[in-house]
Amino acid sequence: MSDTALAVRGLNKSFGSLVVASDVEINIPPGVRYALIGPNGAGKTTLINLMTGMLRPDAGCIFLGADDITVLPPEERVRRGLVRTFQINSLFPHLTALESVTLAVCERRRVAATWWRQITAYRHEVDEAYDILSVLTLASVCHRLTRELAYGQQRLLEIALALATRPRVLLLDEPAAGVPREESQELFAAIAGLSRDITVLFIEHDMELVFRFASRVIVMVGGRVLLEGTPHEIASDPRVRAVYLGKTRQGSVS
Amino acid sequence: MPSVFGVLFDGVAYGMLLFLLSVGLSVTLGMMNFVNLAHCSFAMLGGYVTVTLMNAFGWPFFATLPVAFIAAAAASVVLERAFFRRFYNASDLNQCLLTIGIVFVSIASAAYIYGTDEQPVQLPSYLRGSIAFLGLDFANYRLFLIATALLITILLIVTVEMTRFGAQVRAAVNNQRMARGLGINVDGLFAITFALGSGLAGLGGALAIEMVGLDPSFAFTYLIYVLIVVSVGGLGSITGSFAAAMLLGVSDMAGKYYVPAIGSVLIYLVMMVMIMWRPTGLFGRR
Amino acid sequence: MTSETIAGPVQQFQAQIRWRWSEVLFWLATLLPPVLVPSYLVLASQIAITALFALSLDLILGFSGIISLGHAAYFGVGAYTAGLLSKWGWGEPVSGLLIAGFAAGLLGYVTSFVIARFRHLALIMITLGLGLLLQEAANSASWLTGGFDGLQGIHTWPIFQKFDFDLYGYTAYSYSLAVLFLVFLVARRLIHSPFGLALRGIRENGQRMPAIGAPMHAHIRTIYTIAAIIAGIAGAMLAQTTETVSLEALGFQRSADVVVMLILGGTGRLYGGLVGAAVYMVARDQFSGLNPQYWYFWIGLLLIAVVMLLPNGILGGLALLARCLGVRS
Repeated sequence: MSDTALAVRGLNKSFGSLVVASDVEINIPPGVRYALIGPNGAGKTTLINLMTGMLRPDAGCIFLGADDITVLPPEERVRRGLVRTFQINSLFPHLTALESVTLAVCERRRVAATWWRQITAYRHEVDEAYDILSVLTLASVCHRLTRELAYGQQRLLEIALALATRPRVLLLDEPAAGVPREESQELFAAIAGLSRDITVLFIEHDMELVFRFASRVIVMVGGRVLLEGTPHEIASDPRVRAVYLGKTRQGSVS
Repeated sequence: MPSVFGVLFDGVAYGMLLFLLSVGLSVTLGMMNFVNLAHCSFAMLGGYVTVTLMNAFGWPFFATLPVAFIAAAAASVVLERAFFRRFYNASDLNQCLLTIGIVFVSIASAAYIYGTDEQPVQLPSYLRGSIAFLGLDFANYRLFLIATALLITILLIVTVEMTRFGAQVRAAVNNQRMARGLGINVDGLFAITFALGSGLAGLGGALAIEMVGLDPSFAFTYLIYVLIVVSVGGLGSITGSFAAAMLLGVSDMAGKYYVPAIGSVLIYLVMMVMIMWRPTGLFGRR
Repeated sequence: MTSETIAGPVQQFQAQIRWRWSEVLFWLATLLPPVLVPSYLVLASQIAITALFALSLDLILGFSGIISLGHAAYFGVGAYTAGLLSKWGWGEPVSGLLIAGFAAGLLGYVTSFVIARFRHLALIMITLGLGLLLQEAANSASWLTGGFDGLQGIHTWPIFQKFDFDLYGYTAYSYSLAVLFLVFLVARRLIHSPFGLALRGIRENGQRMPAIGAPMHAHIRTIYTIAAIIAGIAGAMLAQTTETVSLEALGFQRSADVVVMLILGGTGRLYGGLVGAAVYMVARDQFSGLNPQYWYFWIGLLLIAVVMLLPNGILGGLALLARCLGVRS
């Protein structure tokens, strides 16, 4: 199993009669960029919630590397390197960008529980936070409150928070969602710039991103994995076309 | 020492009263997530309307009940338009503070107008006294209370389960965003539901006078019990409120009769155990 | 448009930690009452004690976002512990203070395991329930607490065997102010530590905290215990300076009043509780001739007004005003 960065076996989850995950099997090798696509309601975000521990599966296992993490709480999974971003920004509105990322770094380094030393004594953590923000072109606004940032900058901050935890596996939930065209360049550059040490799985509807970054695509429909393949194979597969039939989307499959 | 059946009967009567007082809050909390701590101020208003109509204007008891309902409903509409509307998206804390402020104002106003003593009312003769049945005495008023509450419960269930309005309410409680997406006028629905719920509270307040007494502290004392019923029963659930009200009514009565030393704290203990076991309530979502 | 020169990352944090003029002035002003209004020293010491209580609530409510409607439980436990110690023969104030703080902190630690697991209505109900339970228990255990009449026979020994508690309140005020200041320094340090940042993270977005690997429940338990200790210390001071303890020390009224004071002053600013306590208690003293019911009428209106017009309290309003006038703090 150690040649797999993240694996899911026989994952099942239902809410009453609503089945959101049905016998899901996924294997993700280290260092790759995989995309997860599917229509709304296919269960993509639910799968991420199951993987990160925000939801408990009814059956099945989740492996991070060689470790079975199925019963671990979310913060424990993060400590082992499985990190996600949120489709709808989940940030700290009244913290500055610098404070937010510094917090994530401090939590990672397990110093967030010290209440008797001032934060200015933690230069390493603050500088590391600043460096992360700089790479994501947020250095010039790091002093601003999160709620005052432009939407595209907030999306970048989402990624910055995730990077501050030094992920081994990064789950990006629609990173480009809602970002206007003018602001998406930095975002694309940020994703391109992600180190090859990090394994990335991203959910996306924007096929430009999928084609640009993903080496392999997984298609989910109605809680099941429909098929897997390279972007070109998926784009020309009639079943995928049928699933997306009638939907006009930017850069859509048709 | 009263018999088990006697205590049970009293407990059920008390539970029915708690249900009437609580059901409105449960549904509106479930629908809009608006923490309305002033809910029992509407109940108190209904009580004082009855007192005023009966004592100052000589109205018969039954005639005052619809007026209590309407007065409380009307007052809630005014407050909803003037204040509550702006706070639907505010934090829990701000909603609490706003409505607690209204509670304080209502208690002080009631004390100013009516004084702090319990209000006496003269019930019609057929509601006083009791019926002897199988060797037990059943107070007429409590029978009346149980009958009225059951009638209202049936009306509520019929409305919620079998009418279009009820279906819309259920949808809005279950998933507000989706309901709006389906074209349901959630805001209008909420205004109506809020008015109905407050009206029921007002009715409950009127009915409570004989059972537990009415004085200005009612708005706060019964708020605690109503909050307990709502949090134990689950937000947005009529069945939950009913079950929780029964549970609490009976345990409170039983506690007071059988273990008076801890009787008054029994209700808090039960509440906390229930909430810890089921944080979203017996019939709550998630 | 003013051009912004952005401070370096560590400097940004340093700017937050720096003592401001307004803070220095505030603490200097607290030295004035014995000089300016010596006849009000008893009130002043009560204000200092209540301010400390409000500060403890600010740590959990203002900084961590934990709504508690039963915080007086810890104040009351501190008060009764100090009172009982004195009644049973040990009236030394400083050690009494520490023991009372410990007792309150112990209760806070135990209850924090429950508190940390809940949010929203469930949390409000549980804190309310705990407070009411304790109130009833204290009432029932009148053999211990003196019930409705309260504890009798408290006598506080002179501080450091030298400063006797005089009738005018000089000692009481110096004592309460000194304790308030020292604890304030600790709280200020806590707020500017990495832990303080974590608390604000919990307040801002409790859902995101586990997603960045934060042990949120452990953090909440820690701050809740600390807040309980501080509340207990405040309660102990009440017992020691007034030499009485009654049920209202842990009653719902006290829990509600302190929430009002904190909201009035402004949450999450450390000084909000202090300012709110001062304003509230001075006002209550001035209107003490008023029938208590009517007092709550005005408090109700005040709450509505604050929530609608000045949601960040007095200090929030002042900060807004300062910003409008172009003053940089």
